[in-house]
Amino acid sequence: MRRFRLTPLTRRRFANFAANRRGFWSLWLFLALFVLSLFAEFIANDRPLLVHYKDGWYFPVVASYPETVFGGDFPTETDYRDAFIRKSIAEAGWILWPPIPFGDQTINFDLAVPAPAPPSAVNWLGTDDQGRDVLARLIYGFRISVLFGLSLTFFSSLAGITAGAVQGYFGGLTDLVFQRVIELWSNLPILYLLIILSSIVQPNFWWLLGLMLLFSWMSLVDLVRAEFLRARNFDYIRAAKALGVSDPVIMVRHVLPNAMVSTLTFVPFILSGSITTLTSLDFLGFGLPAGSPSLGELLAQGKANLQAPWLGITAFLTLAITLSLLIFIGEAVRDAFDPRKNGGR
Amino acid sequence: MPLLSVRNLSVSFGAVEAVRGISFDLERGETLALVGESGSGKSVTALSVLQLLPYPVARHGEGSSIRFEGRELVGAPDATLREVRGGRIAMVFQEPMTSLNPLHTIEKQIAETLFLHKKNITPKAARERVLELLHLVGLPEASRRLDAYPHQLSGGQRQRVMIAMALANEPDILIADEPTTALDVTIQAQILKLLKDLQARFGMALLLITHDLTIVRKTASRVCVMTQGQIVESGPVETIFEAPQHPYTRNLLNAEPAGRPEVPRIPPPVLLEANALKVWFPIRAGVLRRIVGHVKAVDGVDLKLRAGQTLGVVGESGSGKTTLGLALLRLAESTGRIVFDGVEIQAWGSGAMRPLRREMQIVFQDPFASLSPRLSISQIVEEGLKVHRIGATAEARRELIEAVLREVGLDPLAADRYPHEFSGGQRQRVAIARALVLKPRLIVLDEPTSALDMTVQRQIVELLRDLQSRYGLSYLFISHDLRVVRALASEVMVMKDGQVVEAGPAAAIFEAPRHPYTAALMAAAFDIEAVPAAEG
Repeated sequence: MRRFRLTPLTRRRFANFAANRRGFWSLWLFLALFVLSLFAEFIANDRPLLVHYKDGWYFPVVASYPETVFGGDFPTETDYRDAFIRKSIAEAGWILWPPIPFGDQTINFDLAVPAPAPPSAVNWLGTDDQGRDVLARLIYGFRISVLFGLSLTFFSSLAGITAGAVQGYFGGLTDLVFQRVIELWSNLPILYLLIILSSIVQPNFWWLLGLMLLFSWMSLVDLVRAEFLRARNFDYIRAAKALGVSDPVIMVRHVLPNAMVSTLTFVPFILSGSITTLTSLDFLGFGLPAGSPSLGELLAQGKANLQAPWLGITAFLTLAITLSLLIFIGEAVRDAFDPRKNGGR
Repeated sequence: MPLLSVRNLSVSFGAVEAVRGISFDLERGETLALVGESGSGKSVTALSVLQLLPYPVARHGEGSSIRFEGRELVGAPDATLREVRGGRIAMVFQEPMTSLNPLHTIEKQIAETLFLHKKNITPKAARERVLELLHLVGLPEASRRLDAYPHQLSGGQRQRVMIAMALANEPDILIADEPTTALDVTIQAQILKLLKDLQARFGMALLLITHDLTIVRKTASRVCVMTQGQIVESGPVETIFEAPQHPYTRNLLNAEPAGRPEVPRIPPPVLLEANALKVWFPIRAGVLRRIVGHVKAVDGVDLKLRAGQTLGVVGESGSGKTTLGLALLRLAESTGRIVFDGVEIQAWGSGAMRPLRREMQIVFQDPFASLSPRLSISQIVEEGLKVHRIGATAEARRELIEAVLREVGLDPLAADRYPHEFSGGQRQRVAIARALVLKPRLIVLDEPTSALDMTVQRQIVELLRDLQSRYGLSYLFISHDLRVVRALASEVMVMKDGQVVEAGPAAAIFEAPRHPYTAALMAAAFDIEAVPAAEG
């Protein structure tokens, strides 16, 4: 376990991070929201968590049961919101619903007013223009946005760091060629490519991720490249070469840790950028398939239904809070790596 | 009344006490040297005279007093300090590369001090005065250089410009903080001579801050020896050098690397040989990047290093000695023949070289730059073992690491600590341990002692000599410090501009140098005599 011992430097950085109270609490808040949204199915769902019916225990949230089980007539998947089934179960047992008894696709047909319906005791944040619960869609939309952001950040950092490391470490012609390629590549109009793509295939999560990845990996390249260019002439790199250590090992073991400092500082900002990108694509209608829960789609609905301000306001507040949290975290990370700050003082 | 009188001066940074209650006087026209090793508080003392420390992070203790002509400087108002700074007391800093502003011409920078202190001087008069000052400090072709930028001048020339700036208002005191440490030996001698001449001419008092005892002996009339923020001994130079009282002073005076290498009667076999070794960097120009010329870093060098012996490579900065070391280890591209242990290795690829890396190792100059800051000492030393698959298990490797740390005089318990927790001398021991653990036959030592304090230098030299006799190591010892070379090398090679000007047995070269450049180097290094050699 010696390997995992915290170095004094790392400890100082944690202290610096925690010293930025705003960023520290933002991180916890963001993590809490994210973890909660990972369990969205248990929070907002049109299938009950637990059903007790005629001495049997059923878990509809994880398994599917045909209607016949609960005294229905059809061997199809049970619709637990159906009045007949509810009555049948209530007579011989009970149902435990999640806090929000709507899934992201569930349409509330019992609305008293035409959709979009304003917030009420049943639909806490109202419904959208198709009668779906806004809070449920928000939770699922938040999850998809953050997951998209995280995967895009992870993969583009991976690609960016690799490319930057190779360019910076080997320098010379490799560097020159790569740099020119990046300059050309970064000038491609990404929005038009997305429009063209959406006319050929129905873009889903993975299509979007792949396409965005093609263009977003360049943000870290310059940073990492500069660090590697600087480090490759250090004496300890030369000493490692004199020991006979191979180039990949030198890059990973000796140079990368130094480059990681500036990279990590950047990551929260890339993450917030990625979330914004997905939102704007959804808003424009070139994003996730129609009907998917997403913040951008909610914003678009808000714009289309100005008479229903709860749509726009919800989407706006969610985005504003999420992005602010990420920026605060980013600031705290920057503090953590700032050599001029001394932990906790 | 003395010109400058420092009483009971103490300086602390937070909880760290850098200077603890020191007192000294400086009389008009005399040279006082403050001598000490790094961290002794000598530079902080110099900066407090001009109140240039980063207040309020730095604080002066109760009763600290610095009186200049009877006026108190500690805590004096800014207006008083501005008048004194640059006007009555001027300062020359160590590093000529960073103490001039790269964006202004040297005329503008010198004239600035004039305008600040003489309100009614005309631009024309200022220009004449600048020219006069540049002539005074012996800057060649001064009139043509008025519009030069700092990067167009060499290190020695920049230091002359710094001195001209300091002299602009004919100060009463000149504080010189390690004025020659960053310069080559021959230029160092010239600058010191210039300072002495100017002092005699203007009757200035000179407060010289240095770690170099040879400079003190040559230049100063009185000396204060500082260690750990205190003056442990002070007095006239002769007394201190002839009869040092304090143990620290004695230690410092004994710190000069002593001893001579043993020269065996029968020459041992040649381990490393190079013929017509060249490292040329192409200069490209034009749109097509055609090669228009070469920077000849190493230009046709022949050398022979015998087993168990030390070959000293001597030269000033830019002479190509470091590049030569890297080229011999095939860490820099070169042409020419390199023969290691009877095998020609010039054409070998990096894969073929890998097993050979175990036999040839290198120790670099700067122990702060040569250790990876994010690896612990044991990881640093272990790396070579892993590459060469020495020691089958982690435990076996651990034993080898602890043994080698003991060998270089470090506590094996320190193996899990990180480089920043060690002093410069200890780090250099780690660098030596990293090379030594592979049991190499050849170690290239690239200025291994020049970043270290005198007393530590001596310890490292003794360690190197001890290891050599125990394991029969061959050293290629690259250094500009002739004393260290004399203590270690049995053969010496003097380099200038990438070429060898003189080579042969150390004794012969040190006794009777044949080449005028070698002679100049020796005079500068051992007696700080300025020889009218061309300044670079």
